[in-house]
Amino acid sequence: MENVTIKINGLTVSAPAGSTILEAAHLAGIKIPTLCYLKEINEIGACRMCVVEVKGARNLVAACMYPITEGMEVLTNTPKLINSRKRTLQLLLSNHDKKCLSCVRSGNCELQQLCTEYGVDDTDYYAGEANHYELDTSAAHMVRDNNKCILCRRCVAVCDKVQGIGVIGANNRGFDTAIGSAFEMGLGETSCVSCGQCIAVCPTGALYEKDYTDEIIKAIADPDKYVVVQTAPSVRAALGEEFGYPMGTDVEGKMAAALRRIGFDKVFDTDWGADLTIIEEANELVERIQNGGVLPMITSCSPGWIKYCEHYFPDMTEHLSTCKSPQQMFGAMLKTYFAEKEGIDPKKIVSVSVMPCTAKKFEIGRDDQNAAGVPDVDISITTRELARLIRRCGIEFTALPDEGFDDPMGESTGAGVIFGATGGVMEAALRTAVETLTGETLPSLDFKEVRGTQGIKEASYTIAGKEIKVAVASGLGNARTLLNRVKAGEADYHFIEIMGCPGGCVNGGGQPQVSGDVRNFTDVRGIRASVLYKNDAAKTIRKSHENPALKKLYAEYLGKPGSHKAHETLHTTFVKRTINQ
Amino acid sequence: MLHKKSNVPFSGTKEQEQALLEVIHELKDEKGALMPILQKAQDIYGYLPAEVQKIISDETGIPMEKIYGVATFYSQFSLSPKGQYRISVCLGTACYVKGSGDIYDKLMEKLGISGGECTPDGKFSLDACRCVGACGLAPVMMVNDDVYGRLTVDDIDDILAKYE
Ligand code: SF4
Ligand code: SF4
Ligand code: SF4
Ligand code: FES
Ligand code: FES
Repeated sequence: MENVTIKINGLTVSAPAGSTILEAAHLAGIKIPTLCYLKEINEIGACRMCVVEVKGARNLVAACMYPITEGMEVLTNTPKLINSRKRTLQLLLSNHDKKCLSCVRSGNCELQQLCTEYGVDDTDYYAGEANHYELDTSAAHMVRDNNKCILCRRCVAVCDKVQGIGVIGANNRGFDTAIGSAFEMGLGETSCVSCGQCIAVCPTGALYEKDYTDEIIKAIADPDKYVVVQTAPSVRAALGEEFGYPMGTDVEGKMAAALRRIGFDKVFDTDWGADLTIIEEANELVERIQNGGVLPMITSCSPGWIKYCEHYFPDMTEHLSTCKSPQQMFGAMLKTYFAEKEGIDPKKIVSVSVMPCTAKKFEIGRDDQNAAGVPDVDISITTRELARLIRRCGIEFTALPDEGFDDPMGESTGAGVIFGATGGVMEAALRTAVETLTGETLPSLDFKEVRGTQGIKEASYTIAGKEIKVAVASGLGNARTLLNRVKAGEADYHFIEIMGCPGGCVNGGGQPQVSGDVRNFTDVRGIRASVLYKNDAAKTIRKSHENPALKKLYAEYLGKPGSHKAHETLHTTFVKRTINQ
Repeated sequence: MLHKKSNVPFSGTKEQEQALLEVIHELKDEKGALMPILQKAQDIYGYLPAEVQKIISDETGIPMEKIYGVATFYSQFSLSPKGQYRISVCLGTACYVKGSGDIYDKLMEKLGISGGECTPDGKFSLDACRCVGACGLAPVMMVNDDVYGRLTVDDIDDILAKYE
């Protein structure tokens, strides 16, 4: 593409034609503050934080929207601009519940950060009427506190445009404008799928997950409870960000050490459950292919996706693999197999999971997720809550040694760890399914066609003389596109992987929030996913069915993949839901 | 449960629904179809209850929230039907300084509805309006075409009783 040359603060900058002033400034290392803007998601030019002066223009312009033209001269930090931005912040504060002390976002709130940068104090705002909203706590996974909402509409855009759901939006007008759902329903009454992407993009403390850190501290302090934790693959790929490590740092060892110091009786790994899921799911796929079962089979490990399928594609729930998710398989084996083996009463076990996901909070309460007659998982927290827990327990994360997971449910393969990236489940399943179908050892374990952060990926493999077509989608808007193709008969896949969050779990709704100014110019998904692929490549065992701890589990307890016992404990059912109830 | 659902039971007819479906199918593939669909729907039903918004959402695939957002943004749309007796209280400056706000609050309390709503029996609806040109009588309220002036909150019971 052609380049355009402009001047920013007197500096000559060359940027591709079609860039905005914001993008050109970024190339020149000049930061312009933003609030509402999220690249390709929320480009509405509403907040006016990013105003700049353009020579010849009568008014200040919004840098996030304004395209550059040859010879343009831009100023980004004149006294006039600084005053304008201060006024913008003061206006926001005039209708904002300024309780930073106890706010979950204090320290990484974009509004607070800008107020600090611009020297705008919490006593420094226009006095006037302020709105008072009740908290919306109706959903299983999150809280909406509109008293802290700045109406940037990022949550609305991600829910509607990225996820294709649109259960939240701006209601009413003027001073009464507030983000909510149709007819002021609580979020829990809508067809919200609990993905938490709205929380991930919110710049302030208006949206947050329901926090269960104190329940965990209580359980650990109770001598009658046996408290066990499992951590999902993606948590280790992002937790470090909460403690100042650069994005893309693998903190698996420190995380295990921290959990042990918090006082969990066992520190296990969801990767073990992921390997187990692969064995069951690959077996189910092979059976469906060989016995004329419903195809395409679609993965069932992402509870946001499951709820979406139930609401928006209820006629396709038969396509879902009946496998429980890794979290739930892990919990089921913890309270049956492990409890029996160790002689612990499953009722005394508190099964805790740390997940990059908020939909997991919904999933633990679903029907048919209680193999031992008690819930497979009792408490599910997000990566962010784990960071909070570590801080609250006074653990100096950066000073911790690297430690490993406990045996036996801490043992995992490379296949289990890549679950966290879009395409990872597909690749892991192929490693096992291909060897099952051919009875031969794979020469190469890398299925590169299904890697990468594109929203929809397709590939086809010839396995034992048969062509197997697969597809991978992440983000529910992409899932809808793909499923509509399947329904219209335009595609005949055998196996589809769908993840509710764009990019997969590494970019889940429970991961550390990345502020807009970083997010807009960083490949967050790619960088976090690279942690998982590196972790996989470094493992000696990279196929789920070769996990020694699982071989033992099948020998001692389950028998064969897909056995009666496996079905009782590791498989589940789905329901058909509606939208606009 | 729909919290802002009109408290007047929905009484749409088959004919109305048929007319609405025709409008939707005629307009739905055009860009920016939502506004004209909502306008026509309001012409057909007189207001935009949840039941009507649901039909529009189901038929167009536009999320219900987006429809509700538009319906609550533009003052031309109403979520409640008009009552047999339409009460409007003037909140223009002259009336307001003479306490029409209190009258408005009292009416909400007496009727058990908020501004813009209608009582469940369909009898009274309540709205606020701008100066009706009777400032000399401030504070002023109207019931259909009857004008009542120099009001105090104590007059309200008698006025409402006339229409019971
Ligand atoms: S949202 Fe931000 S500015 Fe508001 S109280 Fe929380 S930390 Fe403070
Ligand atoms: S959790 Fe997901 S579906 Fe629910 S409101 Fe947020 S973005 Fe929309
Ligand atoms: S809830 Fe958060 S993301 Fe949504 S509009 Fe308010 S401040 Fe923006
Ligand atoms: S208007 Fe540019 S960031 Fe909001
Ligand atoms: S202000 Fe009420 S009639 Fe003029």
